[in-house]
Amino acid sequence: MNPVVLSRLQFAATTIYHFFFVPLTLGLVWVVAVMHTLYYRTGEEKWKRMTKFWGKLFLINFAMGVVTGIVQEFQFGMNWSEYSRYVGDIFGAPLAIEALLAFFMESTFLGIWIFGWERAPKKLHLASIWLVVLGSNLSALWILIANSFMQHPIGYDPASAATSRLVLNDFGALIFNRKAWLAFPHTILASLTTAAFFMLGISAWHLARKQNVEIFKKSFEIAAVLGLVSVLLTGVIGHEQGVEVMQTQPMKMAAIEALWYNDPAVPGSDFSVLTLFDSTGKGELWSLRIPRLLSLISCFNLDCEVPGVQQVQAQYEQMYGPGDYIPAMVFVYWGFRVMFYSALLMIAISGLAVLAMLRKRTEQMKLMRWFPLAILLPYLANTGGWITTEMGRQPWIVQGLLRTQDGMSPNLTSGMILFTLIGFVAIYAALMAADVYLLTRFAKAGPDATDKGVIGEPALAEK
Amino acid sequence: MFDLNTLWFILIAVLWIGFFFLEGFDFGVGMLLPFIGKKDEERRAVINTIGPHWDGNEVWLIAAGGATFAAFPQWYATLFSGFYLAFFLLLLGLIVRGVAFEFRSKDYNPKWRAFWDWAIFGGSLVPALLLGVAFANLAKGLPIDGNMMFTGNLFTLLNPYGLLGGLTSLSVFLLHGAIFLALKADGEIKSRAGAWAKKLWLPALILAVLLATATFFYTDLLPYRGATFVVFLVLALTGLLLAGWFVSRQRSGRAFVMTALTIVLTMAAFFVATFPRVMISTTDPAFSLDIWNAASSPYTLRVMSIVAAIFVPIVLIYQGYTYWVFRKRVTTDPKTLIY
Repeated sequence: MNPVVLSRLQFAATTIYHFFFVPLTLGLVWVVAVMHTLYYRTGEEKWKRMTKFWGKLFLINFAMGVVTGIVQEFQFGMNWSEYSRYVGDIFGAPLAIEALLAFFMESTFLGIWIFGWERAPKKLHLASIWLVVLGSNLSALWILIANSFMQHPIGYDPASAATSRLVLNDFGALIFNRKAWLAFPHTILASLTTAAFFMLGISAWHLARKQNVEIFKKSFEIAAVLGLVSVLLTGVIGHEQGVEVMQTQPMKMAAIEALWYNDPAVPGSDFSVLTLFDSTGKGELWSLRIPRLLSLISCFNLDCEVPGVQQVQAQYEQMYGPGDYIPAMVFVYWGFRVMFYSALLMIAISGLAVLAMLRKRTEQMKLMRWFPLAILLPYLANTGGWITTEMGRQPWIVQGLLRTQDGMSPNLTSGMILFTLIGFVAIYAALMAADVYLLTRFAKAGPDATDKGVIGEPALAEK
Repeated sequence: MFDLNTLWFILIAVLWIGFFFLEGFDFGVGMLLPFIGKKDEERRAVINTIGPHWDGNEVWLIAAGGATFAAFPQWYATLFSGFYLAFFLLLLGLIVRGVAFEFRSKDYNPKWRAFWDWAIFGGSLVPALLLGVAFANLAKGLPIDGNMMFTGNLFTLLNPYGLLGGLTSLSVFLLHGAIFLALKADGEIKSRAGAWAKKLWLPALILAVLLATATFFYTDLLPYRGATFVVFLVLALTGLLLAGWFVSRQRSGRAFVMTALTIVLTMAAFFVATFPRVMISTTDPAFSLDIWNAASSPYTLRVMSIVAAIFVPIVLIYQGYTYWVFRKRVTTDPKTLIY
């Protein structure tokens, strides 16, 4: 198999896996910090138990996020050495800053938070969870600044573009990349959504069984409101991102809509509700489209022309020379649909939950026992979103500057990459099984188990 | 000539030295866990001696990687792609170990716990070994062509000198960890750790002396750096000798300072002796990467220097502070044992 394809598969697999854990960490840490603060302020046992319960699930998830994150930092050099050489002057900076500013902070203060319940001063203990909030969210910002450079490179000396390495000439432009400042709130809000649905599902599981009602009714209500607000806001930012993508990455936009060719003779652009691709992936069998809706959401009028794939291809051939500039559209298209339709479902579900809460009918809700299934939705949306973002950029690793195939480490053979790919996938699958096992058992056991910190039957003296 | 390139070389050296010193005892404790912790609560206590710290300690590695990427992208690219399979195994070790710390006590099932305890053992052993192999090979030099590309494979790294480096780091980390446990734990764990330290000291010393001797034959560091390098090595070995003296008198605090010095001085010797080269080419000395041909632009180095000048001191202060917060000895008293 082609080493570039294998390297891409490995990067995709390890990144998607990493991003199963990151959003829950980023979102749930806010919830835990707020609960801890309420406990600190009121001294009520209820808040302490909630802090410990959601905090325990947060920690199990956090560990997975951290260890899979190290792989991410190493992989740029391991598999993409030519990319690293080309962009190191620019791309390395946000990664180093992320480690220095964010990783030290979150890991050090998380240590204090876990072990500090009895041993650290109360104020410091509370401050430490807020510093974990700050650290983890800062880390998201810096990695998104780095990623945004790949999507929309700015801040480099144009004269260096054709040489063997880019040279940074404006650090301010790099960190104030508009892409990053849209991606950051989008990611944080999506993370809050993830945390909210995680809480909603687990709380519903307990409420449907009428157990631990005090803790989980409150959690359910917090989750319902948080979920509805954050999923809606994620969409608002997402819309802004769409408008931005149309300007800076028109090929990605065209692929998202499976828009092959936009006939200039017919005014307006159509929104695809559902498109079935043919076997070439560059044509369609069947499509259901709403006329002019794409114009409406992209430009707020009914007439604007969103360029289609073939039109952008022609434009890119003029700019960059002959070549195939069309990404694997099936993935880009379906990544976006999965994200978008999951989001719509989440709006409906959290809307129902809020409605039931306002009518004080949560306990009679028949749907309650189905809510745990909704935990899957934010995960589908997160994964779909990143697949769209990253595959929509192809064939570029840095938009307009470096092609993915030119970024690979030349010393790697297919055999080596296949070996590590299988290794990562196998170990990740095993750890996922252990992680899900623990999360499920703790989630079902409820606050009695998390008060102790252990599940199962004690074979030794009780703590 | 002192420039920003030199400053960043020093900073990266400090990050690696800090990582080896801090994570060195973490690895040692991890490897000793199944042997020193006989009962379940003892194992928990052993883990808790490093519990609040290991994650923060590991960030030194991530920071070293990130700083290398930012300041010396060519070094980062050549090193990480060149050591591809070795770093893959290193990553697997770190992944399994990190998860194991978090997962092992979450279930009472003894099989579950035993499984993760051995995962901590293996996940500490593999990195402790591979890091030594990696740095010995960096000292020895690697086949690197005119395009800064590593032209060897995994077996290029598994030469006698590299393996000796790996065994030395493994044994010194074991000793460092045993002494740390004797310092941080009490009761049975403390006395067992002390006994292990006594047993581990001599093999560590022999390997370290062998490595130092082999360094004169396998590397060009002595002719390259001369007496300064020898001074560092002699001081490092003296530290190890004195560690044995303090171990035999059960002065764990002083013994810990000595193994810490040994690790710090050995790594410092490495960086002093290789400077200003960062990847030595055995193909042709002219192909070696140094702090100038591997570096980022002066502008990036300036920006990063400002960032580092502000944040490195802050990190040092708060990380140091956590050791103060958790300065008490860890006991197996169930009332204070945290899961």
